[in-house]
Amino acid sequence: MEKREYNIIAETGIHARPATLLVQTASKFNSDITLEYQEKSVNLKSIMGVMSLGVGQSASVTITADGEDEKQAIAAITETMKSEGLTD
Amino acid sequence: MKTFMGIAASNGIAIAPAFRLTGLNLSVKKRSIEDPTAEIKRLHAAIDVSKDELLIIKRKALKDLSHPVAEVFQAHIAILADPVFLEKIELMIKQNGVDAAFALQTVVDDYRKHLQATTPDHQTRYRLVDVNDVARRVLGHLLGRPLASSFQADYPVIVVTHELTPSQTVQFSPSLVRGIVSDMGGQTSHAVIMSRGLAIPTVVGLQGALSSIHDGDIVIVNGLTGEVIVNPTDAQRATYTELIKEDQRRNHQLMASKQENVRADKKRLPMIVANIGLPSDVDGALKAGADGVGLFRTEFLFLSSKRLPTENEQFRAYKVVLAQMAGRPVTIRTADVGGDKTLPYLRAATEANPFLGNRAIRLAFSQPDSFRVQLRALLRAAVYGKLSVMFPLVTTLDELKRAKQMMANERAKLTHQHISVGDVRVGIMVETPAVAVLADQFASEVDFMSIGTNDLTQYVMAADRGNQQVADLYQPNNPAVFRLIKTVIGACHDNHIPVSVCGEMAADKMAIPILVGMGLDAFSANPRSINKVRCLIKRLNHRKMVTLANKVVTMAGTTNQVEAFVQQAVHNEAQTYK
Repeated sequence: MEKREYNIIAETGIHARPATLLVQTASKFNSDITLEYQEKSVNLKSIMGVMSLGVGQSASVTITADGEDEKQAIAAITETMKSEGLTD
Repeated sequence: MKTFMGIAASNGIAIAPAFRLTGLNLSVKKRSIEDPTAEIKRLHAAIDVSKDELLIIKRKALKDLSHPVAEVFQAHIAILADPVFLEKIELMIKQNGVDAAFALQTVVDDYRKHLQATTPDHQTRYRLVDVNDVARRVLGHLLGRPLASSFQADYPVIVVTHELTPSQTVQFSPSLVRGIVSDMGGQTSHAVIMSRGLAIPTVVGLQGALSSIHDGDIVIVNGLTGEVIVNPTDAQRATYTELIKEDQRRNHQLMASKQENVRADKKRLPMIVANIGLPSDVDGALKAGADGVGLFRTEFLFLSSKRLPTENEQFRAYKVVLAQMAGRPVTIRTADVGGDKTLPYLRAATEANPFLGNRAIRLAFSQPDSFRVQLRALLRAAVYGKLSVMFPLVTTLDELKRAKQMMANERAKLTHQHISVGDVRVGIMVETPAVAVLADQFASEVDFMSIGTNDLTQYVMAADRGNQQVADLYQPNNPAVFRLIKTVIGACHDNHIPVSVCGEMAADKMAIPILVGMGLDAFSANPRSINKVRCLIKRLNHRKMVTLANKVVTMAGTTNQVEAFVQQAVHNEAQTYK
């Protein structure tokens, strides 16, 4: 199991566009991937799940991947987070 | 007469009869079904058709609106592929034996309740709008009443509705939908961002609009103040009609100076694009009506920082420019440092002749790691628009091939890492005489060329452009320079690739007529010169300029003689030009 915590720095939080990109990235992997925020946990491959969290600026979120490609998944997700300016 | 106040959401004033858009009655009644497998198949068929429709809508949005706005539809498409959402609907069909429409509606209702319970802030509403918009599209297909045909006004109207949806709004044609009034919504809802992109005056959050405005009522929408007047008095009508006319006059003037792409002799204008140095320059370029960015110097990233900028820092800077240019072509030049622009963190050996030394692409090859970082950032940013990348100071074909190979390698690595990359056109700057002379050899290896006349002049004339003592020899308008430029343009056209000029020459009134005569495809100038360049080019007669250009390249003289000749042939005839 691979786990990583992120601090959201983007002013608008995880809104529709970055959420879509995160979901697209997560969906490329076979691992089970979850996004956890304020003790609520959703499937990162579900756009409606991600949007339902309403993650705002300066939130702290945890992403967990579990499966054969968990390491690559977390690396790719981290990359998307950074390139979308969601995190540093 | 009745006046309402709502939230001003999209600028402008409109007056037209009301058209109430109540949406289809998609009330869903629970129905038992016999064959869950067939029902799930029916659900997927409806989802597939909806997905196709959304792809078409997204394409339209990309054409009419800016890139980030169009991305909303990518989120909509993602909703249709949401595994958790689909699984819940399928499970309900299977376990409860209900029809797909009812199952879908129930799952969406549950989602709404869940959202309202967990996130009480105003954001909830917007997120629901997106989900509802998508759900209604699928429901429409399941119930045999597709949304696509729901808007049918064929005369100018003010649309009055309960709540705007993004997919509705993007399909409004500004010539028919003159204004929008809605009960719900706020300034940041996706649909409002779209109506702003389409420049449709919009007032939202006007409670009770749909119930108190009737079809055919005359409605004035003031998108500046949030005022909505229903059945105005004659005096009000006259005042607003005058205001609208004034607006139109102003817009026409703007359009005339910006977008009139036909020259006096009806030939198509070459592209007029902008040179920029910072992402924040894009505003100025757009305001000046640039057809794109012809040269984005990336040095600022390197010169303003104490260390080498990271891949993500670069990626964001390129992405911002591409996204803001919204599909217009953007040409980015890889770092042109060295020569007179040195970097403290790239300690280079002191050179006796820096301009003939290790600079631009040469420096990139001697620092391959930093070059690779830039190439990766560019490939990733390319996803966000129409990107061309060019290498500065290429001298030999081997250099070009090496740079292209490095780019191909980075593309392969990114793809392997599951990181999205976009299409990139690859070109070179023509600055060294070696490339200009062999332009035909290079033309088959690139997608475009851009002539950097500042460096080309300095190398052709062997005169340092920063050295006052040889300043009189630095002659961009020397026939020698023009003859080389003609060679380059000819070689590009023989190979069916476009060629531009991105040096000072592109805004020089003495050089422009000659370049037009040579058939140059694009002029890249500073945003503040763009209007001047466009005005001059529009006035020129293409056939006459061809003759003029042919004459210039056979002249034996100096810059002064060329300029005197152009002055006589072009500018004396049209005395308005200063």
